[in-house]
Order: sequence, then C-alpha cells, then structure tokens
Amino acid sequence: MSKDLSWSGAADIAQAVANGQTSATAVIDAALARIDTLNPQLNAFTAVTAERARAKARAIDAAPDKNALPLAGVPFAVKNLFDVAGLTTVAGSKINRAHPPAAQDQPLIARLEAAGAVLVGALNMGEYAYDFTGENVHDGASRNPHDLTRMTGGSSGGSGGAVAGGLVQLALGSDTNGSIRVPSSLCGIFGLKPTYGRLTRARSFPFVSSLDHLGPFARSARDLALAYDVMQGPDPEDPVCAQRAAEPAMPLLARGLDGLRIATAGGYFRKGAFPEALEALARIAKAAGASAEIEIPEAARARAAAYVITTVEGAALHLDRLRKQANDFDPAVRDRFIAGAMVPATTVVQAQRFRRWYREQVLKLFERYDAILVPATPCTAPKIGQQNFTLDGVDMPVRANLGLYTQPISFIGLPVVAVPVALSPLPIAVQVIAAPWREDVALRIAHALEQMGAAAAPRPNL
Amino acid sequence: MTTATDPLEAYIAAAATALDLPLDPAWHAAVKANLVVTLQHAANVAAFALPDEAEPAPVFKA
Repeated sequence: MSKDLSWSGAADIAQAVANGQTSATAVIDAALARIDTLNPQLNAFTAVTAERARAKARAIDAAPDKNALPLAGVPFAVKNLFDVAGLTTVAGSKINRAHPPAAQDQPLIARLEAAGAVLVGALNMGEYAYDFTGENVHDGASRNPHDLTRMTGGSSGGSGGAVAGGLVQLALGSDTNGSIRVPSSLCGIFGLKPTYGRLTRARSFPFVSSLDHLGPFARSARDLALAYDVMQGPDPEDPVCAQRAAEPAMPLLARGLDGLRIATAGGYFRKGAFPEALEALARIAKAAGASAEIEIPEAARARAAAYVITTVEGAALHLDRLRKQANDFDPAVRDRFIAGAMVPATTVVQAQRFRRWYREQVLKLFERYDAILVPATPCTAPKIGQQNFTLDGVDMPVRANLGLYTQPISFIGLPVVAVPVALSPLPIAVQVIAAPWREDVALRIAHALEQMGAAAAPRPNL
Repeated sequence: MTTATDPLEAYIAAAATALDLPLDPAWHAAVKANLVVTLQHAANVAAFALPDEAEPAPVFKA
C-alpha cells in the first residue's frame, strides 16, 4: 500500500509503520524523493544523509517490536550546527567547513533515533546563528514554502522550510534570541523553545552560552510534544543541562485549557506590530479565553540587555577566527562580531545583574497566570534580501526587528511554543509563554488551540 | 562628517590594535554603526538603577 504520507503527522506515520500499513523504508524513500524534488526550490537542506537514512529505515523494519518506537520511521532533519557523525558541523559558515567531521551524533539526534525517528540530513542556517532571516551568503537563502520569494526567517531557516514544506515531519533548531520562534512564525509551523537548560546542548556548535536553547519544530502541537518528550532528560556531557528527570507532556495534552489562567501582554509587545501580528494575537487570545492584558515590566530594557550579552559572548567565541580568517565570514556577521569584541566588559556585568532583577519581576506574573500570549514576529515573511519595512510611515530595519518580541522572553529562558495562525496570504505565529519548566502548559494550550482550529500549520502550494 | 578626531573612531582603532584584530578600513563604518547601536543598548541597561547588592543572574557553584 503506498499512500503519500508527506503531510501526515509524526504520530500517524509511527502508527502506520507499527501497524504494518507501511514500512519505514517506504516512508524514508518517499521523503528522500520529495527532498530531491523540492530542495532546489526551498534550499532547506545543506546535506542529505540518504545512505544512513535508508540503513536506519531497514533496521526499523527489522525491529521486532515497532510499537515500542513512538517515532518509528518518522523522517527528521537538524540545523547544521548539530553534530552528525561523519559530517562536518558547518554552523552556516565557510570557516567551519575545514573542521574534521563530527565523531558522534548530538544527543538529541541519538534520542530521536532511539525512538525510531530517521535522520535524513542537515539544514541551512544563518551564519553562526547570528541571524533572523534564514539567508546565508555561502549556502544561499532558505526559501519560504508559502512564497518562494520570501524569507523563512532564522537563524533556523532550513528547519522552518523543511517542516513547512512537508520534507520532514520534525526538525531541530536552536534559539538564542528567537531563532526557533521567528522561522516558526514566518513559515507557519509549531516550534518549541524549551526552558533554558531543559534539552542538552552537548555536541552542538554554540553561539551565546548564556542564551542558547535547542528545540523542535513540527506541524502539530502533538508532534512537537512527542518529539520533546523523547528528547528530555539530563546529560552529564552538558553542564548547562538541568539534572531533571524527563517530565512527559504528551499525557497532559488532553487536559486542554481546563483551569489555566491566560493573559496577553501589551505595551512593548504591541510597538511596531503590523496588523497581521495583532490579528493573529487577537484570534489566539479569544480562542484561549485570555482574561486580561498585563505588562511585562522593562521588556525593552530586557531586549537591550540580551542584545549586549549576545554580541559580546558571540565575539568572544569567534575572536580567534576574527583575527585569522575575517575575510571568510559573512561581512554582516563579521562586522557585528568585531564591534562586539570592542564593547566594554562592564556592560555585560550590568546586563547580567539586570537579568536577575527582570527574571524575578516576570516570575511574579506567573503567580497570577499560567501562560502569557504575545506576537512571535511583528510581521509576516519579508522578501528575501529586504532591508527595511515600513509601519505607519516609519522605516525600520528588517533584520534587527524580526526578533523584537522573542528576545525579552528567551533572555530569561522561559519555555515558549510558537503557534501558527493561518492568515492569508501568509501565516504568522503567536508565542505561548509559560513559567520555567512548564512546557506542558504551553503545549496543552497549543494543542487546544489547534483542536479549536485557531492555530494550524497551513499547507503551502508547492 | 566623521574625522580622525572622532573619539569613537579613535577608540575602534585603538581597540583593534589592543585586541590584535585586523580591521580593514572598508569595514570601519559598519563596525562603528554596530558599536553605536550596542553602546546605546548598554546605556539603556545601565540607566536602570540597581542596588550594589544586586547579584548577576549566573551563579558559580564551587
């Protein structure tokens, strides 16, 4: 029996493989064929691991108990800053191409594969993750499946494009200031930035240790929860990964909105918002029964502090490369890092002190509310190469402002699910923000919104 | 119009030397523009009064 499973969910594919309705080999062959056909248009993949994927699929087909594999046969791909055994971890750069291949998979890859998922390749990203567009001067821009002339958003651009375009059911990306949530928004898919320290970052190329998170993308909240549950758990190889046992979210999804107190945040999170961002927020807030509008105090200052920490820590990481190989950087990234290297260190200390204060204030809000809703991006996907957008007659730079609403949230490591709203002609997402370690709350809300039809990952015309 | 006596330009040139960072003159304008933005953000953060006792967010454990 051959049925096109490109648009089926991860859970449905796993069930079909476990039931014998299809084989992992058939699923993976179809995914690889689809990638072969569509990647020239989408430019989501920078490497396709076809041989490895087929071997893994055969192993799954030979497994005696496929019901024990919650992701049996599900194709997934990872941003190319994740170590994949035998591939060089390029992290969107030219410079890293000279590094030796990775010896071992990043642990989240290993955990997904242990659950039966099949890695099919590595995905395009903004150079060294210092990017909100998904464009890359070395590998070309990732293109938005909903409109190929538009950006996917970044820096996990290929992750957004691959999932939104039906090439894979699941993708992994990273989020420092918005790099999961921005492509989720512009590509119209679900993305989870977990609590800082929830998922192991071992064997991934870093950007800003203070702010880096890894997390999944999917086309449904259920698939997001499924992937997330499989990936959880401590990792002694990552000193930042919390010593917390896995806290499965899947069993809690069915609780829906029951008993949850949800508010929207205004003020800063309305400034610079295009009508689509406000429309999406209004629809989600109404469906979620958001009872109040609150203010997140000093959000603008939080964004400023995150900006300072980002540029300085990033510069420190790359200092030696800036000394020896400056010409091999994307010039836009290079000049930001050079400037970052020159920023007085006292500014970072001040930013980290402010961070503790801000965290305490925001956590007080979570005494009264279980979740807070804000837009994910100010606008839908700009054109590839677009430098500015105009709102109310005011010209604003695209790159810096795409992360306006995401940055104050990741600054203090709160878990967020980006839920897509299928506006026409382009989708846009809303951030469902929960208290630390309460990914279950954000996922429950996302799932409920999807069940109600308020949130959905629209299918592109490809 | 920027001149050689622009303090920020002098700072950038000196910092590049101190950090042993090659700085192509063609990159100066963009580096300066980025530094100006970052310093504005830093000033915004610094303007928020915190008591001396305010601890930074990251805590080292021996």
